[in-house]
Amino acid sequence: MSVSATSDSPETSEGPSGSAEGVTELQNAIIRFAGNSQDGIQTIGAFLAKLAGRSAREVMTYMTIPSTISGGPSIFQVHLGSGEVLSAGDESDFLVAFYQHSYDNHIASLKDGGICIYDSDHVEEVKKGERGIVHVGIPITSTTVEAIGGSARDRGKNIFVLGLITQLFQLKKEKLVSLIEKQLGRKGESVLRNAMLAFDSGFAYPVGDIVGQQFDLKEGVEKAGDQVTTDGNTAITLGLIAGGVRYGAGYPITPWSTIMEQLRSELPKYGGLFVQAEDELGAVAMAIGFAYSGHVAITGSSGPGLSLKMEALGYATMAEIPLVVINVQRGGPSTGLPTSVEQSDLMQAIYGSHGDAPRIVIAPKNVEDCYYTAIEACEVAKEYSCPVIVLTDQALASRIEAFSEPDLSSVVDPELDQEIRGEEFKPYPLDGLTKHAPPGAPMAEGKYPVVTGLEHDEWGHPSGNPEMHQRMMARRRNKLKAMAETLSLPEIYGDESGDVLLVGWGSTWGPIRESVSRIQSRDISVGAIHLRHLNPLPNGLEKLFASYKHVVVVEMNDEGLYGSGQLATLLRSRYCDPKITSICKTDGLTYKVREIVEKIEAIVSPA
Amino acid sequence: MSSTTDEPKKLTKKDLSADHPTWCPGCGDFAVLAAFFKVLEKLQIPHEKICTIAGIGCSSRFPYFVNSHGVHFIHGRALPLASGVSLSRPDLHVFAFGGDGDGYSIGGNHLDHAARKNINLTYVVMDNFVYGLTKKQTSPTSPEGFKSKTDPTGAIDRPINPMKKLVYGGASFVGRTHAAQVKHMMEMFERAIKHPGFSVVEVQSECVVFYPGIFDNANPRKGGEFEIIEEKKWDDTEEDKARHDVTDENAAYELASLQYPGKFGVFYEADRPTKNQLEQQWIDASREKVGDKPSAEILADRFASMK
Ligand SMILES: Cc1ncc(C[n+]2csc(CCOP(=O)(O)OP(=O)(O)O)c2C)c(N)n1
Ligand code: SF4
Ligand SMILES: [Mg+2]
Repeated sequence: MSVSATSDSPETSEGPSGSAEGVTELQNAIIRFAGNSQDGIQTIGAFLAKLAGRSAREVMTYMTIPSTISGGPSIFQVHLGSGEVLSAGDESDFLVAFYQHSYDNHIASLKDGGICIYDSDHVEEVKKGERGIVHVGIPITSTTVEAIGGSARDRGKNIFVLGLITQLFQLKKEKLVSLIEKQLGRKGESVLRNAMLAFDSGFAYPVGDIVGQQFDLKEGVEKAGDQVTTDGNTAITLGLIAGGVRYGAGYPITPWSTIMEQLRSELPKYGGLFVQAEDELGAVAMAIGFAYSGHVAITGSSGPGLSLKMEALGYATMAEIPLVVINVQRGGPSTGLPTSVEQSDLMQAIYGSHGDAPRIVIAPKNVEDCYYTAIEACEVAKEYSCPVIVLTDQALASRIEAFSEPDLSSVVDPELDQEIRGEEFKPYPLDGLTKHAPPGAPMAEGKYPVVTGLEHDEWGHPSGNPEMHQRMMARRRNKLKAMAETLSLPEIYGDESGDVLLVGWGSTWGPIRESVSRIQSRDISVGAIHLRHLNPLPNGLEKLFASYKHVVVVEMNDEGLYGSGQLATLLRSRYCDPKITSICKTDGLTYKVREIVEKIEAIVSPA
Repeated sequence: MSSTTDEPKKLTKKDLSADHPTWCPGCGDFAVLAAFFKVLEKLQIPHEKICTIAGIGCSSRFPYFVNSHGVHFIHGRALPLASGVSLSRPDLHVFAFGGDGDGYSIGGNHLDHAARKNINLTYVVMDNFVYGLTKKQTSPTSPEGFKSKTDPTGAIDRPINPMKKLVYGGASFVGRTHAAQVKHMMEMFERAIKHPGFSVVEVQSECVVFYPGIFDNANPRKGGEFEIIEEKKWDDTEEDKARHDVTDENAAYELASLQYPGKFGVFYEADRPTKNQLEQQWIDASREKVGDKPSAEILADRFASMK
């Protein structure tokens, strides 16, 4: 949308409609809060996201936090809308700047004609009159101090701004207040009292008069079922639990840590346990111990930690132990960009161990899908008795989205298999899938199995027989090929044939989908598919590719020595098709729709 | 399946033997296996509840030779795997086996942490002062001057002191024995198994191929002296004052500081809550807090809080 009547940016489709009595109706609004991490701007974002979820609005958030904890600039962007909200938005409609540096660094992210609210206690220089931007200076700090009383110092500015926003967008005050009471009430009476003082003061501030108008953010069509609002790491955590995970082990690393922290507190409620191990080598070993014992078990990490787990993951392939591994990708290599997003662990996930060690790799496309992908990972790990790596990323980890509350009717309490095994039992049958006998299961014949990382025969006895090695190798590979047979082809979004097929995986789903209509508006016919299963890939992709002149993989990794991103490299090697190319980037930020549109234009109609 | 009304059959060495060990003839590890069988025969643990776990090395091949549920894992990581089994399966008897390289070098950090967490399992280290499987490289316990393929002019790095490492790490039972002393070995194993918590027995087990004779000076049949630690009887006698108090950490360090070959027996034994117990207490309290609800209901409550 665009707010000011003077600007008409070509990027905006929905302009303000009818502004009777200074109220502008909005389909959606992108609001960016820029401050320092201790200002609690994440709190504003989280409250707005929750409110949106409760009001049949779509919501998506985007957050950056510095990797150093104390202070440091931080932003939170909320995209609220009544239509389908797919990305956190390229440019914002509103900017709330707490400091001069916030203003200086983020004013460029505001659309032409957008509204910038800044704290006039801290921001001294603004560029009035540029790009039709409406500047609104409000003494946020001093008004908050006045409202709460001197003792709270800088605290409460975030809640003041929340009140301001509630007024400006005519949001449901009662719902928001009840959310604040629920959330902050836990922290004690005085915290809540101060918060309410700040909120009321912000709400009462005549911001509408200063801006010259108020906004009415339309509610969307009521969705079936209740909406829940959460971030990707929480969705993964709950999906794992729904999938039957009761045991796990890990070692802290950003951005994976919040999954292990949550599992550590959640699993005991379900009778399970999550252990903080001494390192990632110990964590994966312990998780394999849990899995061997007969449980659905997980370990997880981010890039550097995944590298440390590689030897043991090869063991899990060899010994055919089901194990779910979560990898929350961040910028690499090495310590890299610990709090930025990248999709550069795909090759490591598929091929990272020594030897030929096939394993399953799946990637969720959005926060809701984090939940369902975690469940699927548990199911296929059990089905195919091998490691399953879930590739999520830093952007999905922390961003908040609203989605329909999952149906929990199929969630059951896992049961330990302690069935007696008869004489026909073989741990590694050449003609079937492994079903391990966890310790504790009696063997009718009195012969007990040893689970092993040495090449072995059907009974698990070490075997150096060349033919046995080849047959067992084929067995481990063929079960993944069998899984591929069960995967359906991804649906095409957009044109079913034409100039370009966009191929995405992981968290680029939203921006890619949003870019389709924008590319179409430039007279380019374009379709998009999203691959959730990366190893094995679904069969038959070549049939989809055949209908397009270009197949372009959009990914957040480097183009490598030969000019293709990691998924593009895999697809090129499988289909030997030179029309498969890729759009890559490693700036540590999620894709802007504009970036995709421009690069596709350049590919289709080179200058 | 056969009739279930029968008295449970007694577990014998025959039931417990699996593949014939692939160790070199005369390897000390044979005696360790034999002592382990004897102790299991005595303790009569239900067959399906025995779980043997090892990393990589000659000694780490142990699980193949015991007919029980077992895991032959990767080099150095047997303890965290065994910890996972122990923590999630209180019904099992978990045993980990390995060598000096596996346990004190590549797995040295895991050992400290399994010890400090006091995981309920029994760990047997077959220490031969050398890397056997990879054919004679220096190990973390090789004495200075030992000529190996990686130290052709003699090892120069100071060896670690396993007993000090174990006591310092927090192992709640620390014993030391010798593969040529089967009776003593059995006593150590039995006490270790009965000890609730992380119990370790370090066995001097000769590699007859790459470090022959190294433990002779503690073997009376080879002219050495096998000196056993006298433990306190708490009988208020004058002699008792000189005896070893197994709960005294400083006394354990003193024993560990004796001139090689030193003494054999229990260096340290402490009564300390296990991680298994402490975690179970937390699990029980958490279950009680959620009113012992089934999983679907706890999850539903969680989702409700996100509306
Ligand atoms: C990651 C890894 N590094 C190295 C090896 C090679 N390796 C196998 S056993 C071993 C040393 C074994 O020594 P020890 O644990 O003392 O056992 P022993 O054979 O003496 O009983 C080494 C270095 C390996 N298998 N894996
Ligand atoms: S090489 Fe040494 S340790 Fe290994 S089996 Fe032979 S004697 Fe035993
Ligand atoms: Mg050794």
